[in-house]
Amino acid sequence: MSEQEIVTDVVIIGAGPVGLFAVFELGLLDIKCHLIDILDKPGGQCAELYPEKPIYDIPAFPEISGQELTDNLLKQAEPFGPTYHYNRMVNELEKQDKGDYLVKTDAGETFRCKVVVIAAGGGSFQPKRPPVPNIEDYENTSVFYAVRKMDDFRDHDIVIVGGGDSALDWTLNLAPLAKSLTLVHRRDSFRAHTDSVNKMRALVEEGKINFELGQIASLEGENGQISAVNIKNADGEKSLPATRLMPFFGLTMKLGPVANWGLNLHENLIEVDTEKFATSEEGIFAIGDINYYPGKLKLILSGFHEAALMAQAAKKIIHPDEKVVFQYTTSSTKLQKKLGVK
Amino acid sequence: MHIYVTDHNGKEHELEALEGWRVMEVIRDWGLPIKAECGGACACATCHVFVDPDWQDKLHAASDEEEDMLDMVPDVEDNSRLSCQILMSEELDGLKVSLAPSAKPDAEVA
Ligand SMILES: Cc1cc2nc3c(=O)[nH]c(=O)nc-3n(C[C@H](O)[C@H](O)[C@H](O)COP(=O)(O)OP(=O)(O)OC[C@H]3O[C@@H](n4cnc5c(N)ncnc54)[C@H](O)[C@@H]3O)c2cc1C
Ligand code: FES
Repeated sequence: MSEQEIVTDVVIIGAGPVGLFAVFELGLLDIKCHLIDILDKPGGQCAELYPEKPIYDIPAFPEISGQELTDNLLKQAEPFGPTYHYNRMVNELEKQDKGDYLVKTDAGETFRCKVVVIAAGGGSFQPKRPPVPNIEDYENTSVFYAVRKMDDFRDHDIVIVGGGDSALDWTLNLAPLAKSLTLVHRRDSFRAHTDSVNKMRALVEEGKINFELGQIASLEGENGQISAVNIKNADGEKSLPATRLMPFFGLTMKLGPVANWGLNLHENLIEVDTEKFATSEEGIFAIGDINYYPGKLKLILSGFHEAALMAQAAKKIIHPDEKVVFQYTTSSTKLQKKLGVK
Repeated sequence: MHIYVTDHNGKEHELEALEGWRVMEVIRDWGLPIKAECGGACACATCHVFVDPDWQDKLHAASDEEEDMLDMVPDVEDNSRLSCQILMSEELDGLKVSLAPSAKPDAEVA
């Protein structure tokens, strides 16, 4: 896939709270950002793991939920017009001559920038893999955790496992084009929206799809192509003919490609200094939960502080000839103009 | 008060537990490997344990919230529970559980 390069000052890897606040701090210094996250939404752990839970240790907010914090950070970053790219993983980071970096995603884009900010938190959120023997041999050829192209499922014997919205939505979407479709779930009760569940039950009644109670026990197939999914339930084992399998057990954090970028690591965390939060590579910074330095606390508060100091150091790389004057947002007309204060 | 936890290698550990603590916290604080990614928010299902059959009926039943989250456990069994949803009390002194594969800290993922 050859696409045009997207040229920007900074690419931020991870749109968790710390990546979002970095947009603000960099923006005050006239630096433009693109953010990339594998999730389909901003907020990182706050949005994915505890949107409804109150956080009590954000300065000046006696209580704020993970989602409210995320929404506020988005609003705060808005004046600086960041570009968000969701549903894609950053898998490559390459240094070019003249100190530029190329950042590549699994969606085929390439970004060219002077500074990379890694705000990858606890790692990228990736689908949980069922502990079924040899399942990895079939992944991305006949076992999928997401649908990229519906056509890859046309006229296939599809088995979908799970009881949440992803499982039910894809059951409903793929049913019309499948050769056969079986939904497998451990119980006859679903977490998904009632509306989707009712539609699914109607399709089962009409004999258009099948529903089986149970869970995956093993797979049959060869050369990356499955031929059957064996499930087990209270009655024993049962073999379902299948050429496509989609397990939906939610997401879990995994360090992922960050470990392959040649940066100094400390127990899977990126080592940084505490003046600039710079990594062992000039022009690459790491802030938030992903970094390590003596005394590090994995708190949102600490990530915010790191973002502010990182921004000062990034400024010197991006606009080396500009002198940075320290200013307060309360009193600087210049900063207020940038923020759109009337 | 103690609980007995069998690790991924089949070794049993006797851990001291305190009243009111979550079983997940007891396991984690004694340094046994458990992912417990959401820190007990019943939002990740990575604190999954299998409860010894003798103890299954002595636990309070799983809440709807926990049942829903158990759907996110790829290796669920009849005796599956989320250890962050079990609070320690006198009645549970001696509780036996084993760590499920899906609760391994760097759990195999795609
Ligand atoms: C249940 C719970 C309660 C918490 N309570 C508090 C609290 O009360 N106070 C507090 O201060 N902190 C709390 N925390 C911790 C806090 O959530 C984290 O410190 C914070 O989320 C870290 O922010 P971050 O932006 O560094 O990373 P994250 O929030 O982890 O976000 C990182 C993002 O980067 C993405 N990513 C990573 N690698 C890639 C890649 N290669 N390509 C694309 N995307 C990638 C991930 O998908 C993720 O969205 C809590 C955490 C949990 C789980
Ligand atoms: S620790 Fe996340 S559900 Fe128990």
